[in-house]
Amino acid sequence: MDLLQLLISGLANGCVYGLIALGFVLIYKATEAVNFAQGDFMMLGAFLTLTFANSNELGLPFWLACILAVLVMGVVGYLVEALLIRRMFGESQIAIVILTISLGIVLRFVAGVIWGHEPQSLESPLAGREVRLGGLVLGFDDMTIIIVTILLTAGLYLFFAKTKIGLAMQAASQNQLAAYYMGIPVKRVHALVWALAGGVAAIAGILFAAKGTIDPSTGLLGIKASAAAIIGGFGSLPGALLGGLIIGLVEPLSSRYVAAGVSQIMPYLILLIVLIVRPHGLLSQVRAKKV
Amino acid sequence: MRIVFKTTYEADIRLFKHGAQAFWYALLLIVAVAAPFLLGDFLTGEATNVLIWAICGMGLMLLVGQSGQASLGHAAFMAIGAYSCVLLESAGVPFILALPLGGIITGIAGGLFALPVTRLHGIYLAIATLAVSVMMEDVIVLAEPLTGGVNGLIAPDIEIFGVNFNRYGNASGLYWLILAIAILIVLAYRNIQRSPLGRAFAAVRDSEISAQAMGINVARTKATAFAISTFMTGIGGALMGHFAGVFNQETFNLVISINLILMIVIGGLGTIHGAFLGAVVIGFLPQAIAFARDGLGSIFHFGSIAIPGLETGIFGTILILFILFEPLGIYGRWVKIRTYFELFPFARRDMFRRQKSYLKTERIR
Repeated sequence: MDLLQLLISGLANGCVYGLIALGFVLIYKATEAVNFAQGDFMMLGAFLTLTFANSNELGLPFWLACILAVLVMGVVGYLVEALLIRRMFGESQIAIVILTISLGIVLRFVAGVIWGHEPQSLESPLAGREVRLGGLVLGFDDMTIIIVTILLTAGLYLFFAKTKIGLAMQAASQNQLAAYYMGIPVKRVHALVWALAGGVAAIAGILFAAKGTIDPSTGLLGIKASAAAIIGGFGSLPGALLGGLIIGLVEPLSSRYVAAGVSQIMPYLILLIVLIVRPHGLLSQVRAKKV
Repeated sequence: MRIVFKTTYEADIRLFKHGAQAFWYALLLIVAVAAPFLLGDFLTGEATNVLIWAICGMGLMLLVGQSGQASLGHAAFMAIGAYSCVLLESAGVPFILALPLGGIITGIAGGLFALPVTRLHGIYLAIATLAVSVMMEDVIVLAEPLTGGVNGLIAPDIEIFGVNFNRYGNASGLYWLILAIAILIVLAYRNIQRSPLGRAFAAVRDSEISAQAMGINVARTKATAFAISTFMTGIGGALMGHFAGVFNQETFNLVISINLILMIVIGGLGTIHGAFLGAVVIGFLPQAIAFARDGLGSIFHFGSIAIPGLETGIFGTILILFILFEPLGIYGRWVKIRTYFELFPFARRDMFRRQKSYLKTERIR
């Protein structure tokens, strides 16, 4: 029973990693760029919700605050693409990596100036409520995180596979020139997917903040999430969730059954092992070209 | 403008393109050697720090700029260099042997790490190296009996043939020692660049498929690049450990890894000059910001403003501006200015326009 409890909370943690990884994968899937500021987007989204919702700040109703935060982060994502990333059109991938790393540094600094470096907590209606199932205590926050993550991943998967704009996004990444010829507004599609990633990051931020405290350095969680995205296979949405869950489960299990210090290494150790065994991740998106 | 006619292959691979270039570098060398007489002890120490950063930067530059593999985790190899060098010294090996041995140990570690991961490309490799850097911090803490854990290790004074190079007692001596090591590494770098190995690095960087078609063993070339790169970085790390005096896992954390790659991008990717210029920026930026802050404070009388993380914030902003407006870095800007005057009045903006290409996915090979 103890183990089951551990698994559920690990699952919820893993879902948060998975949600951040989802943002990585979204942008990568549609633009072939990697946004290392994704964790900082999440941190910003959490702080925005906190500003909107907490009673000593604006004190809006929680659900309204969440929607507002998601919208604002969507706009932030759109602006980052339109103002920064678009200028890098046609540049090498590593240049964009360095640009987004620097953007993350700046965002953490800005958040520190606005909200300070003290950990703060979000007043969420989910916190502290729980359901008892036999001996099992299911927190509302954990349950919400798991359900929202599954719904979001499924929704985004269908969006990419079925809708016209989702297909346009995939086309724009597979071959930009051909996508232009087919009449796809590649630049606008890119901006849209950054907006989408911003929104997803805000949701991840809200769910993360519902479970614990946030401070500007929370943005560094993006590093762990990038490991999750790679484990799952960069470019695969279910893969991102899978990678997040693996990391989320391994952390508490290894700290319980091996040693406390080891649990911090485990995600990265798994990453390296996966990369050595399967260089393109578990749900590999890399296919050989048919000639 | 000077036009150099190359009539032999030797002329093509000469160290200096023409006499004037050799003259300027000789002058630079004289200035560098004379620096401790011109600067005070404090600034000499800072210059030593810059040189150490430049040594580490050259290691990473060889990997990223020459062989085209991005590493976001080179601080891990700095740590291996520092710990192995100091541990060897405490086992009784003199510094003059421990330093190259530390470098070689790091190079072997880097080469072994490279064997499985050179199959990775682009972002996969970047995140794998990032993971190594994150893991190294925790591994150092876990391996406490060897590494001293959080308390760290105390690096003994550098002593070569009875001469003590204490940072405070003999600041200029330490500066000259590290300058000599830096020059040795520059020479090694230059010689690798013009040897068949260096040409192979460039070929692999520009196109793996064509490199393969030319008969280059891509995997072996990449692993060699990793080994040489980590060797240089390990030497730099060992020097940094000695310069710091006491070091633990925090001395070589992820921030250092990131700073290292940002540094070579600011300096100018693919050039030795870039490593040094970037090191100057990294070394003097904190002082410059503090100086500007005090200056502004005294002018506008708002006392000393203390915003936590201001330095990193400004650092990040400078980087974003560099990537957007001068992707070739400081050295690239210098080349542009020089070309403008050399060709005056025929220089045109578009001479440096980079070829942009439409992107195709890397997921279908």
